[in-house]
Amino acid sequence: MLTKLFLLIGITLMYSTPLIFGGLGGVISERSGVINIGIEGMMTIGAFVGACVGYYTENPWLGLLAAGAAGGLIALLHAVASITFKADQTISGIAINLLGSGVSLFLCRLFFEGATMSKPVPHKLPKIFGSHVSNNLLKNINVDVTVVLALVCAILLWFVLYKTKWGLRIRSVGEHPAAADTLGINVTLTRYVCVILSGVFAGVGGASMTLAIISNFTPTAISGQGFIALAAVIFGKWSPHGVYGACILFGFAQALTVLLGGGNFVVPSEILSMLPYILTIVILILFVGKSSAPKADGVPYEKGSR
Amino acid sequence: MEIGSGYAVQMRGITKKFGSFCALDHIDVDIKKGTIHAMLGENGAGKSTLMNVLYGLYQSDEGEIYLEGQKVNMKNPNVAIAHGIGMVHQHFMLVDNFTVTQNIILGNEITSGAGVINMKKAREEIIKTIEKYGLSVDPDAKIEDISVGMQQRVEILKALYRGANLLILDEPTAVLTPQEIEDLIKIMNNLIKDGKTIIIITHKLKEIKESADVCTIIRRGKYIDTVDVKKVKEEELATMMVGHAVNLVVDKTEATPKDVVFEIDNLTVLDERKIPAVKNLSLKIRKGEIVGIAGIDGNGQKELVEAITNLTKVAGGTIKINGVEVQNTSPKNTIDNKIATIHEDRQRRGLVLNYTVAHNMVIEKFKEEPFSKKGFLNEKEIVEHSKQMIKEYDIRPDNCELQPVRGLSGGNQQKVIIAREVANDPDLLIAVQPTRGLDVGAIEYVHKTLIRERDKGKAVLLISFELDEVMNVSDTIAVIYDGKIVKSFKQGTVDENTIGLLMAGGKDDAKNS
Amino acid sequence: MQKIANILKKQITSTIIAIIFGFIVAAIILAATGYSPADAFTAMFEGIFSRPKYISNVIIKSTPIILTGLSVAFAFKTGLFNMGAEGQYIMSSVFATIVGIKLDLPPVLQIPMVILAGVFAGAVYGAVVGYLKARFGIHEVITSIMLNWVALYFSNFIVSLKTFHQPNSTATFTVNESSFTTILHKWKVSPEGIAWLKEHPTIMDVLLKTDVNIGIIVAIIMVIVISILLNRTTKGYELKAVGFNKDAAEFAGINVKKNILHSMIIAGAIAGLAGALSVTGVQPHRISTMAAFENYGFNGLSVALIAANSPIGCLFAGLLFAGLLYGGQSIQSTIGAPSEVINIMIGTIVFFVALTRIVPVLADKLAKRGEKHAH
Repeated sequence: MLTKLFLLIGITLMYSTPLIFGGLGGVISERSGVINIGIEGMMTIGAFVGACVGYYTENPWLGLLAAGAAGGLIALLHAVASITFKADQTISGIAINLLGSGVSLFLCRLFFEGATMSKPVPHKLPKIFGSHVSNNLLKNINVDVTVVLALVCAILLWFVLYKTKWGLRIRSVGEHPAAADTLGINVTLTRYVCVILSGVFAGVGGASMTLAIISNFTPTAISGQGFIALAAVIFGKWSPHGVYGACILFGFAQALTVLLGGGNFVVPSEILSMLPYILTIVILILFVGKSSAPKADGVPYEKGSR
Repeated sequence: MEIGSGYAVQMRGITKKFGSFCALDHIDVDIKKGTIHAMLGENGAGKSTLMNVLYGLYQSDEGEIYLEGQKVNMKNPNVAIAHGIGMVHQHFMLVDNFTVTQNIILGNEITSGAGVINMKKAREEIIKTIEKYGLSVDPDAKIEDISVGMQQRVEILKALYRGANLLILDEPTAVLTPQEIEDLIKIMNNLIKDGKTIIIITHKLKEIKESADVCTIIRRGKYIDTVDVKKVKEEELATMMVGHAVNLVVDKTEATPKDVVFEIDNLTVLDERKIPAVKNLSLKIRKGEIVGIAGIDGNGQKELVEAITNLTKVAGGTIKINGVEVQNTSPKNTIDNKIATIHEDRQRRGLVLNYTVAHNMVIEKFKEEPFSKKGFLNEKEIVEHSKQMIKEYDIRPDNCELQPVRGLSGGNQQKVIIAREVANDPDLLIAVQPTRGLDVGAIEYVHKTLIRERDKGKAVLLISFELDEVMNVSDTIAVIYDGKIVKSFKQGTVDENTIGLLMAGGKDDAKNS
Repeated sequence: MQKIANILKKQITSTIIAIIFGFIVAAIILAATGYSPADAFTAMFEGIFSRPKYISNVIIKSTPIILTGLSVAFAFKTGLFNMGAEGQYIMSSVFATIVGIKLDLPPVLQIPMVILAGVFAGAVYGAVVGYLKARFGIHEVITSIMLNWVALYFSNFIVSLKTFHQPNSTATFTVNESSFTTILHKWKVSPEGIAWLKEHPTIMDVLLKTDVNIGIIVAIIMVIVISILLNRTTKGYELKAVGFNKDAAEFAGINVKKNILHSMIIAGAIAGLAGALSVTGVQPHRISTMAAFENYGFNGLSVALIAANSPIGCLFAGLLFAGLLYGGQSIQSTIGAPSEVINIMIGTIVFFVALTRIVPVLADKLAKRGEKHAH
């Protein structure tokens, strides 16, 4: 029984980790007032760059760093479009998604002899109890180090947003940029930093897929996680802890699906697979409340407008 | 005048263009230390732009700014703040879901190393300032939960917290009750005593007379004059502001009210938080009568309008027009029962900004013939109708029927709404804050239209936060406080102070009712 | 100056600028990775235009994305973001397939039944999103994302069922031939048909080697119908009013919730039409197990964006998109450069569509400056 429970926890954490990174990216961007529906594309880039660098350097940590950098770089495009050019943030985000998968696959073919799958990395990111665990219980919750990293990032982001001056400023820019501007806070710079950071988070999230959960990049390594992370941002009411909870819940539903599907359960696996998605909708119906989106979310800041 | 250190601010030749539009044309202003200096002008005259230049929000194309005799390059608000300038904007620059303290320290946080905010110390500091100048506010309250008057004090605190010696107040009394205005003037005097300088931007003549020492008049981006307030009359100021003589009194004849056409009985409406905002309110309006509701924002006016227009359900009571109950039906039913509404938020509720003027004119009638037939729009009829309206109501530009209404000025947008609502030939015309943000000419127009409709025998309900407007236009003045009509008066039987006191929840000591 | 400004203000100008940027960026990427952009684009254009068969294939491939694009564009015009076109497409193809397999009537009845089944499924699926938004205020993007996945697994579930599953495959049975909307599908493989076609090689190239079907005609009709609906009818007036400003619409007596629901039903039906026409018109006339989305709906999103949400624009954007995707395959087969350069190109175009939305604003400024100089 305990073994099963630990297994459930382990799988829950595994599934939720990339989502948490993506969700945190969404939080920081939207808290500063820039809608980021390009998380999916940023995660895809991160997934590829992470696997590719991890393969060639044989060092998964370098891969993770590079993934973050690559995510940040593509996020910069989104920042330029939505902040400097005041472009439609939804369209720009969709473009980022298209570019993310296009660039990843293009580069993959270049670096891996025309294949759309990268070769497995020689070393994956470590597990929290190391690679030689014989105890069955421990084995089940011997999760990837990225699981811990995701938790640390969530706590850190929470602390920064609610306890520090930077957080106060970021939130003010997302709620009332004109007010922030009159107090000498640089709205443009703040938003740039936040959007780029959101790309870094998303990139790391993508790499947590290809450097920890699986060991290579495939065209379907990132398929929808970015969008689910986006849903988690809304569901989690734009707060790091809310998003963390939402992603864990989603991961839990996925884990249930896996565990129930493994046995001789009467429900077909295809129906079980729908569970996390239907559950999310049901929860939204039950707990729908006043929207707490940052007031200036998605609104380009024009000096002199109120 | 010489540049000298006796002046808090001296501006020389300030010119600011937006594209080809010259908002400020070589303006010179001198503001003496320790005075209350008013900047008077109509909406769009350029007074706010000038102050935004002073505060570093806009950069002037030409001209210099001297602070106490020193030339300063105001390249952004940080420079202004560093030089002790603080600005209280007309639309408060406050983050709604932050606390008072958070709003005050934003951008200038007290930290205990590593960027972590030291809330305790910040709070203590703020309480000190609050006590020094008598600015009572709760430092831990959220902005969305406090009154407008308090929010204004938070804005003043923000400036003082940053060490402001010169305070710019943009339209500071626009939303205050007479009592709150008195408090504000007290606070301003406290500040002056402490050696600070205050600039108030306003288009209200009365408050200049009440509070300011000196007044500079600006018209269409040009400097007109600077006068000693004690030595001029309100009418003179008005003439200088508008450029021609204006009639400050609303022209109207005695009302000749007839039968009751609209009746609210024991109405209770809950707000978004499910707390009663309108409490057992009763009200009657007769044909040929303007009933004005005076009150401070947030005393149930919004919910009252939403209930009448069926944007919200009522928790109890009835709303009857021509004897028919309309509460708890639909907005469509309200319109069908000949209630027309000029909503306070014309851009959110009144217009579809991306639609053309012509399409906006028929938004309540597009399904009726001749504007459509069998589900298809009849564009020709729609355009014809709107051409006629544009002519009748003098909407400008005069060939705007196919332009998006977004491109019209605020006054003309309001005219589109008025034209549409009045053309519905309603039995009850509701006007909520109908002159907000409009210039003098447009305000006059709106008031005249309301009175003309009254004279045609319509019932008119005017709801406004501008006490002057309610007092001047209405035949009956009803004071709303805490969701109830606390008292009604016939026009001319009551003075402003009595009403002001009732609006603020004071007991009725009026002898005349 | 004024003339230039007027040209710049046209939507089409922004779009063309965006497309040019797409080509430039693709050229730079190709050149940087050691391929000749000229060769690549030549290969691509030859892959689109050099044979009637290719042109025909582009048109066939454009049909579903014109329709999903139209679905997204329509929803956009009414203020809704239909991320769910993907799921609506899938649901439609599932129900079209079910009816196509289980029902076998004469084509005059069978084809409408199959297509209606698909359209209905798409409409219902869209209605769910609309209902959840109107009734509970849940953002349509979230529900759409979730429902897309539900549709994918539902489709896989149907494929796995015994009554539909073709043994030793990952797909269902094909639908009954009476459901086919392929043009002359029987005649063209009959002896006399082949004999005739042999004498007309161009027609043979198109008719025999591609699945020429009625889809594109239906798509064009739908484009026109939706244009009229949006611009000429009271329903369109209502829907757009709600989209532009639901508060004002509500205040003017328009039922906002009902219109949200209607809008999503129509959008779902259009996306559904795409799914059903794919099953009836194109081989293999069945559905298969999916590991990931096939992107018919998501591509519709790009089509709508490139078309600036104009229904007519969707027609051309859909053709462009299909041309790039189809012709792009030739880049890989001819010069060996990864065909994903096309995806980058499409991404770039959409990105610049976002950026060039400000061109009209700039044009206004330009015009004003011109005025000032003139005086």
